[in-house]
Parts: sequence; C-alpha cells; structure tokens
Amino acid sequence: MNSRDLDPALLRLLGTDEPEIDCDECFAQLDRYVELELSGAPADTHIPGLRAHLVGCPACAEEHESLRALLELDSVS
Amino acid sequence: MAAPDTNPDVSALAAAPGLEDWHLDLHAKGTRREEAVAHLHALLLRAARFEVFRRRGSLPQLSSAELDELAQDAAGDAAMSVLRRLGDFRGESTFRTWAYKFALLEASVKVRRRAWRDREVTLEPERWEEVPYSGPGPDADAETAALHEAVRGGIRTALTPRQRQVLVAVVLEGVPIDVLAERLGSNRNALYKMLHDARRRLRAHVAASGYLEET
Repeated sequence: MNSRDLDPALLRLLGTDEPEIDCDECFAQLDRYVELELSGAPADTHIPGLRAHLVGCPACAEEHESLRALLELDSVS
Repeated sequence: MAAPDTNPDVSALAAAPGLEDWHLDLHAKGTRREEAVAHLHALLLRAARFEVFRRRGSLPQLSSAELDELAQDAAGDAAMSVLRRLGDFRGESTFRTWAYKFALLEASVKVRRRAWRDREVTLEPERWEEVPYSGPGPDADAETAALHEAVRGGIRTALTPRQRQVLVAVVLEGVPIDVLAERLGSNRNALYKMLHDARRRLRAHVAASGYLEET
C-alpha cells in the first residue's frame, strides 16, 4: 500500500511523501495561487508544494477555502 | 449571555471596493493616505466579517454583535499587518486579494482560539493513549488491522515526546495548530515543521514494518 491509498484517518496521521512548502510560504503564495486557480491556470505547476501543504495543514486549508470563496462571491456581486 | 443568533444578516456586508489603484495612496501622506487607509479598513472588515460568519457554527454561544466585534478586531489587526508589510506586495495578485488574506488569517485565528478557549488539550505526550483513536473497524482485513497497529507502535516508539505531543493534539484531538502554538508558546510554522517531521518518522517506521510503500 502506498500513502495515496490510505484511508483519510491514516492519511492525516501519516501525511504524504510529496514535497510541500511550509505555513509561512503558503501564506506568502496563497493570493497568487487562488487567483491562478480561479483563472483556470495550472496553479500547482506554477506553485509546486502548496497543494500538498493544504492536504497536511487544516488551518491553511481553511484559509485557502475562505479566500477562494470570498473572491468567488466578489465575482458575482 | 446573549442568545445565539442562528440567522445573522451576512447580506449586510459592504460592497466590495473596486480594483482601482487606490492602494498606491497608502504610501502617500496627509488626506490621500487617510482616505486610502479608510478604504483598506473597509476592505479588510468585509473579509473578516465574511470569515467570522462563515465559521460561526464553531461559536454558537456568540451573538451577532459579538461575532461582529470579533470581525472588527480582526480587521484592525489585519490593517496593521498590511500597513507594516506594504513593501512585500509585488503585484503578483491584485492588491485586494493580497490584502484579503491578512483579514482572513486574523479572523480565522481569532475564531479558532475563541472556539477552543475553554477546552482542554492533551499536552502531556505520555497521555496520548487516552485519546480516542479511530482504528480499523471490526470488519477490517488483517492487513489493515496490522497497518493500524504499526501506526500505533510508531507513535509510541518512533517519535520524540514533542513530536508525539504535536501529532496527537493536531491530528487525533483536532486541535487547531495555531491554538496549540499559543498554548505551547510556539508559532504555527514551527509546529507545522514538527508535525511534518513526525509524519515522516512515522511513515518510515510503518514502511520498515512492511505495511507502506514510500513513493
């Protein structure tokens, strides 16, 4: 079994062995990453390691979801 | 204590300011700067209110007025951060998106800390076996059961006490990492690095037991 096949509870404990950035770098890049995502550009190619960090860090994942949701709200208001 | 408001009026959020270059006036002096700072504050308050009301389910004891006070505090702190770090803005996103993230960070941290303010956290690394651990169900096959046992063994033997403390609190107890950082006198980035190292050690232990392939 490799880490991609793990159930969610074990994945949270073990994480993945994919390269990832840390919380500070995630915050530094988050605005650019979300704008790339919303424009349909390959955000993970432009900013490698951020997606893996969001999988491992619930706090950064919440902030990513919120920024994305707020920009989507702005785009329709 | 005020009754919880189950239907806060989030539609009352201010309209999003536009995309013009008003933020350049944050570097100016006098009235132009004051107007730009007021504009910035409105933008940050919009984002902070958005975040606080989005997460209001974790704060059922707070009224709409108390939630709004939390958002106001977050917007004020975010404004100070943005003004302090104006030189970091490189134009790789719009200024609005760049500023929003500061308000969302401040608001989400305040919400998480408030939600956990009166909750106990298992900070003694040797008490981790008292923490509920959702192991394999009764129908799990032998391989899955052995994998879970290898993970438990790894938590017990492969980690330092500090790594065990952080992994158990964040992953098994669901303690937000910034709440844990505050209680341990550390910071989010340092604790995440510790969590990352703990996971790597745990994966190596489980892989050495033959239950996990490293890719």
